[in-house]
Amino acid sequence: MKTKISFLLLFTFFLIVFLTFYLGLQKSNIYKPSLNIEKDIPLYKVRTLESSDKINSEEVFEDDRFYLLNIWASWCLPCRDEHEFLIDLSKQKNFEIIGLNYKDNINNAKKFLKELDSPYKVVFLDKDGTIAIEWGAYGVPENFLIYDRKIIKKIIGPIDQASFIEIKKIIQ
Amino acid sequence: MKVLKYIIIVLVILNPNLSIAQNENLQNKITKNLRCLICQGQSVYDSDSQFANSLKVLVEKKLSDGLSERQIYNYLKDKYGEWILYDTEFNKNTYFLWLLPILMFIIGGAIIFKLFIIKKN
Repeated sequence: MKTKISFLLLFTFFLIVFLTFYLGLQKSNIYKPSLNIEKDIPLYKVRTLESSDKINSEEVFEDDRFYLLNIWASWCLPCRDEHEFLIDLSKQKNFEIIGLNYKDNINNAKKFLKELDSPYKVVFLDKDGTIAIEWGAYGVPENFLIYDRKIIKKIIGPIDQASFIEIKKIIQ
Repeated sequence: MKVLKYIIIVLVILNPNLSIAQNENLQNKITKNLRCLICQGQSVYDSDSQFANSLKVLVEKKLSDGLSERQIYNYLKDKYGEWILYDTEFNKNTYFLWLLPILMFIIGGAIIFKLFIIKKN
């Protein structure tokens, strides 16, 4: 009797272990951090592409207004793909796009905007990538939708048709 | 001769290279404890990706601003979540992880005690 019970216990134990690991295998191991709390935008002094003076990032973002912070670089190919969406979005009302030029050569960045047209109100310069970290970004391209000085949505990777429609819906 | 000795001692104590080296050691220690979020199974220290390089610069900057190791961890945790730290903190999500080895040690000890020591008597 005693051996039977201990066998049963052992069996259920291994069954639980097996099921745990088996179900664990099905789960994708790609970790995506969720942004469920609205975070305040980081504030810092920064140089811009347009002028050599440093500006306060606080002056750029106004209350009660939608902004899209777009992290881009001229060497980044997916940024080219999303550029037409950005141009389209920049024509929306009550909405502005702010660029963050990530680890780029200034001349190349200027050339890039001359060639493809600029959707940006201002372009911040981020030579060493530390400002992107202030925003909690992973790389280029990356987009942050901002309302009332709070980050309300984060898009990792280029804007595609689906996220383009989603952004349009949110800002209208 | 004695004066020279003292001068050398003072110079060694006030050596600026020493504090720089200490900062660098701390920087390495911190970046080894940070997960490179866009790499597969690499720390920021090991990785040469754009993201990791920026983080290294940032850690260096924060250290020279006078932030402590813990303050830097908290700062990055606020930006990227706890996932960025390799050294998991003890909280309600991780208590099982931390207590399991101790639990296993105690249970294992109890089993050994029961099997060998009680049986012997």
